[in-house]
Amino acid sequence: MTITLFIPCFVDSLFPNVGISMVRILERLGHRVVCPEDVACCGQPAFNSGYWPEARLVAEPVLNRLKDSEAVVIASGSCGAMLKVFYPQLFAGLPQEAAAKHLSDQVWEFSDFLVNKLGITDLGARFPAKVTFHDGCHGLRELGIKTGPRRLLEKVQGLEFVEMADCETCCGFGGTFAAKFPMISTAMGEVKCTNATATGADYIVSNDSSCLMHLQGLLSRQTSAVKTIHLAEVLVQQ
Amino acid sequence: MTSAYSEFVSQARRITKDLRHRGLIQTALRKYETARDRKKSAYQDWQAARQAAAETKWDAINHLDTYLAEFADKLESRGTKVHWASTAEQARNIILGIIQGKKARSIIKSKAMTAEEIHLNDAMEKAGFEVVESDLGEYIVQLRHEPPYHIVFPAMHLTRGDISELFQRELGSEPTNEPEELTMIARRALRQKYLQADIGITGANFAVAETGMVSITENEGNARLTAALPKTMISLLGIEKILPKMEDLALFLPMLATAGAGQTITCYNTMYGGPRQAGECDGPEEWHVVLLDNRRSELLADPEQRDALHCIRCGACLNVCPIFRNVGGHTYGTTYSGPIGSVITPHLRGLQDWKHLSGSSSLCGACTEACPVKIDLHHHLLHNRRNASVQQPSAIERLAYRGFAFLINRPGLYLFAKEMGRLLDPLRRMVQGTVLDPIKPWTATRDLPPVANESFKEWWRNRK
Amino acid sequence: MTEREKILGRVREALTLSAPMPGAHHGEHQPSTFTFNGRPVQVAQQWLPDGGATVAEQLERFNIASIELKTDFHVVPSLAVANVVLATLRDGCGWKKIAAHHGPLTDAAVTALGLPTLFTDAGYSPVEMETCDAGISGCDALVAQTGSVIVTNQSAGGRALSVLPPHHVVLARQDQLVRDLTEGYALIQRLYAPKYPSMISVITGPSRTGDIERILVLGAHGPKKLTVICIANP
Repeated sequence: MTITLFIPCFVDSLFPNVGISMVRILERLGHRVVCPEDVACCGQPAFNSGYWPEARLVAEPVLNRLKDSEAVVIASGSCGAMLKVFYPQLFAGLPQEAAAKHLSDQVWEFSDFLVNKLGITDLGARFPAKVTFHDGCHGLRELGIKTGPRRLLEKVQGLEFVEMADCETCCGFGGTFAAKFPMISTAMGEVKCTNATATGADYIVSNDSSCLMHLQGLLSRQTSAVKTIHLAEVLVQQ
Repeated sequence: MTSAYSEFVSQARRITKDLRHRGLIQTALRKYETARDRKKSAYQDWQAARQAAAETKWDAINHLDTYLAEFADKLESRGTKVHWASTAEQARNIILGIIQGKKARSIIKSKAMTAEEIHLNDAMEKAGFEVVESDLGEYIVQLRHEPPYHIVFPAMHLTRGDISELFQRELGSEPTNEPEELTMIARRALRQKYLQADIGITGANFAVAETGMVSITENEGNARLTAALPKTMISLLGIEKILPKMEDLALFLPMLATAGAGQTITCYNTMYGGPRQAGECDGPEEWHVVLLDNRRSELLADPEQRDALHCIRCGACLNVCPIFRNVGGHTYGTTYSGPIGSVITPHLRGLQDWKHLSGSSSLCGACTEACPVKIDLHHHLLHNRRNASVQQPSAIERLAYRGFAFLINRPGLYLFAKEMGRLLDPLRRMVQGTVLDPIKPWTATRDLPPVANESFKEWWRNRK
Repeated sequence: MTEREKILGRVREALTLSAPMPGAHHGEHQPSTFTFNGRPVQVAQQWLPDGGATVAEQLERFNIASIELKTDFHVVPSLAVANVVLATLRDGCGWKKIAAHHGPLTDAAVTALGLPTLFTDAGYSPVEMETCDAGISGCDALVAQTGSVIVTNQSAGGRALSVLPPHHVVLARQDQLVRDLTEGYALIQRLYAPKYPSMISVITGPSRTGDIERILVLGAHGPKKLTVICIANP
């Protein structure tokens, strides 16, 4: 299968290893991976702020570039939800609506793609550490991703999995919300970090780099020993 | 920045720093969650029950004209006086008119968020009447001259110590650390008020069209007494409270209790079909039902968000909302707080003045998942944001998003910007946290990872 | 134009545009697999907590619910045994005066108790009722699903008898036990429609509050104690 990777802008610049890990995993499974360089952002910041015409300025080229792909795989539940769930809404009643609906069917969040499209849970990975999983809200509630990441982690050798309290509670990132209401965003993140730390885990794993950027930012500032890592970065380890 | 917005921000700053307050709320709501999950597990199919409740409310709201007329006609046929109020002011005047006509002195009231919405107590007190809240939580916040903290748990922000101090000060009671003892102090004080009151005022949870009945849900028995003892009873309810049939209560009463308070069913669920009827031994001689629009019909005219009128005010969305849990109920500055308040307040009180409530959300969707009538709450917050920017866009924000689009659609320019970002990142780090830091809202509490030496796309290109 | 006409006019105008059905919103990735289509609620009965199929199961459900609710629940074979339970309560709680209404079960109970009794049937003084130690009433139904008692002002001596005295005692026939609220409301309709009593109340346990630190306290405003005596062969 030819898999088109969508690497969101902040993953590209700040977390390149997440994308690299995805490429390695998918290639190991024998798939051809392509990555259009001119696709950089899904338009979610403008969309979530209510600026839909401006969001379309960003989203339309993405739609045109990706609509004929066999499968589009995304490193983030949030960007995945944007393409899969919100593009049809953003383009509702416009000429691009059909294309947006068609693209929606081809779009997969990374863990969902492995488990539910490829039917794979055991990647032969090895990661000797204690980890807990944070369910990113968009992945969980817009895309319905809950068991997939856990089934993948279950098969990782040496990995000890422990659930944290309130793993489904928002970490407080929320895109532009994190900058517009930093005090609320930070308070929510503190609650999440406390719950994660209480498990005694070495790592907080998630399928969304944006949540992890927020949590790692708080943990580093608190000089906590707990680290964050993207699911793909765990699954790539041999 | 509107005054409501700046007040919200300063209150949010204050509460998020108040770890004791946040701890209190989190503990109370964790207790709720445990109870709710246990009660939900007794349902044979919670999700199917939610869908049934949502469809029943859809039917009620989308045929509201028919059901409202049926409800009012049935009530009137049994001697109830039905009043219609388009605005809060009309509702207040109707109620004041009734009270003045009765030459009443004291008024006992059971919990009604609709009365909070129209600031009824203020109006009655200004007109010289003594009005006493009888629900324990409402009584406590009334003694503190505060609005309710939460639509179902009005005094959840207070400890027993706070309440004991309050009762010592206001009622002259002895100090105690026992919730039971505190409850009995209030019970004794309020019993006398019941026996003296000329007027009883209640809200309503449901309005049954088929039989012309008002259904009131409560745990304490205070609404039962309010509807039993005073000679005149007044019930104030929003026009959206309609349920088509009496049997619908068999679905809604358990769901309201389970979703809202983690109970199988609330202690008293009482339907009233009229004032005291011939052959009955007690009950009010007169019953006035006041139906309030107060811009609900405007919300009804928005098909996208019409389902916000399905709300049964259970409070489930507040309970699970991580924003509510960290900023608390008073920060919102609204009658209805939490996600449902953030959705409907812009409709009821003005989009531009209250759009910040829709903005102050991570759109996590916990509210939508918890809602027993499936209101699409978190997407409505998104819709409010869109409507607000269409109606009155912020020039700066719009320019920023257009600039971003311009940049991102030009690969060469974007690459240049990325390069600049990488080069300037160390400089920014030197001023991190100061006024010169362009991303201070982030870096004030959080680190930012360094821009990678080799971006993913560079790696990809180099690899080929 | 009256305010009623104005409001109904605005409502009609608003409803000219139709709204999506629940669950049909964008992003709803789990479309409902069932169709409810509004009516009848008997369909919803199968999704709610179950009340039990047989009388034995229903009594068991009512009992389990009562334990949790702190309802004092007794199943007795006959009126004679019910009177023994009542006498025990009278002596144990030190009742001096009770309130009641006339009815086949309550009359027998009042006679057996032999206490000064305020009857509500022909009107009464609430101040006097306030001095009563217990209110004794009949009911319309017991609901197994929730451990509830359904009363009306006809079946339970008015609006206040079941809520003003500190102890409410309900006398019920076992054949008044219904499976769940759906059947309870159906029964109310059969008994009264279209001339319903002006008050119909579903009482579930003694009065309670959690308004102080979410800690349960009984007897907030209504009775601190609720006794339900279910008589198999009255």
